[in-house]
Amino acid sequence: MIAKRIIPCLDVRDGRVVKGVNFAGLRDVSSPVALGAYYSEAGADELVFYDITASAEGRRLFTDILREVASTIFIPLTVGGGINTLDDFDRVLKCGADKVSVNSGAIRRPALIGEAAKRYGSQCVVLSADVKRVNGEFRVFARGGREDTGLEALSWIRRAVDDGAGEVVLNSIDTDGVKGGFDLDMLRAVSEMVSVPVIASGGAGRVSDFVTLFKTLPRVDAGLAASIFHFGEVRIDALKRALAAEGIPVRITSPRTEELPC
Amino acid sequence: MIAVIDYGVGNLFSLVSSLRHIGQQVLVTGDPDALRQADRLILPGVGAFGDAAERLRRTGLGEAVRAEAGRGKPVLGICLGMQLLMSRSTEFGDHAGLDLIPGVVRALSETVDPALKIPHIGWNALTLTRPSALFRDVRDGDSVYFVHSFHGTQCGADTLALTEYSAPVTAAIGRDNVAGCQFHPEKSGRVGLSILKAFAETEETLC
Repeated sequence: MIAKRIIPCLDVRDGRVVKGVNFAGLRDVSSPVALGAYYSEAGADELVFYDITASAEGRRLFTDILREVASTIFIPLTVGGGINTLDDFDRVLKCGADKVSVNSGAIRRPALIGEAAKRYGSQCVVLSADVKRVNGEFRVFARGGREDTGLEALSWIRRAVDDGAGEVVLNSIDTDGVKGGFDLDMLRAVSEMVSVPVIASGGAGRVSDFVTLFKTLPRVDAGLAASIFHFGEVRIDALKRALAAEGIPVRITSPRTEELPC
Repeated sequence: MIAVIDYGVGNLFSLVSSLRHIGQQVLVTGDPDALRQADRLILPGVGAFGDAAERLRRTGLGEAVRAEAGRGKPVLGICLGMQLLMSRSTEFGDHAGLDLIPGVVRALSETVDPALKIPHIGWNALTLTRPSALFRDVRDGDSVYFVHSFHGTQCGADTLALTEYSAPVTAAIGRDNVAGCQFHPEKSGRVGLSILKAFAETEETLC
């Protein structure tokens, strides 16, 4: 039985984690390497790094940081942000990314998904979709949720999966930041339509939101969040224990007494 | 020194990083002669069995691995590398493997519930089927990270661990000094590192 995944997401600008991070006991809270290690140790099943840098210099810094993170943390890493070409795929995969997430780049040039899947395999290609309700339909937004593309979300996601996207991160703009729970209706529509893993994003505020997500929508594979983990409002170890207590399959990483390599 | 065999299949970044992280000296090489100098060999790999087996044949690396394994050198195959240690695969045809561990590689779709997603990707729990030096620090129920569409069958007593994906799926195999993991120890957190460490350090027979 595959474990449901809990995935913290880190936004990185010019090589530093942004969006306010607040941990007791962590010396450098904006270091992607330190935070990555913290989450890896805390039981995160995967890490997502989004590069929100605008400049070429910032992109180089991100790539260097990614290499450092990937050399010290041995769980799957997904990288997104600024992925527009196969060269971008190549750049981050060579630095230790396992999966590459595309969003605006694929909206601009949908062929990117098929080309990347052919070269690197579908398991490498993640479609990240920012979706909001507009006039009674689900609409895809680009450029970090600022621009209405006019694309209907379900047909866009179906097309991306048909072209070779091996996983879908569905970020509901409607619930993002509200902390009132995941967007179950939107997630149901997508998870019932595609056969690849679906990662829920946007709206988690507390432990029970994850329990409700996996109980209500057993086809959803993972829950992603940022600030509630960064601010310690939800602790990953406690979250995993709560999910396990509800009979939801999760990977428990209990501390051990014997000497271990890291 | 551990030789990581480079035959143009897949990305070796994480594997090399994880071995260095546990304090090992690593040589990434596609030179059959270099395999003789190494203390231990790791055969990684992702992609199609037939293409990879052909590359091993053409480069002489396959024969070198067989020769070194025959001399008792510890060998670890990972993912496709594990499958290549076996007798043959039915992936897109019928292809011969290195035949160091008997068994046949078959599509997961022949075994598991058709409603399940393939590839089998994600964290799944191990059930150990017999004790081994390789898994000295692994406990029943520990989760490791899988990404695969094919799996080893008919491995019999050479099966070291299984995982459950609507049916038992071979997670690791081993015979004497040769072992293979279907999952990725280099992506399996502490549990994975403990397996690589056991492989790198044990003076006992691997399994």
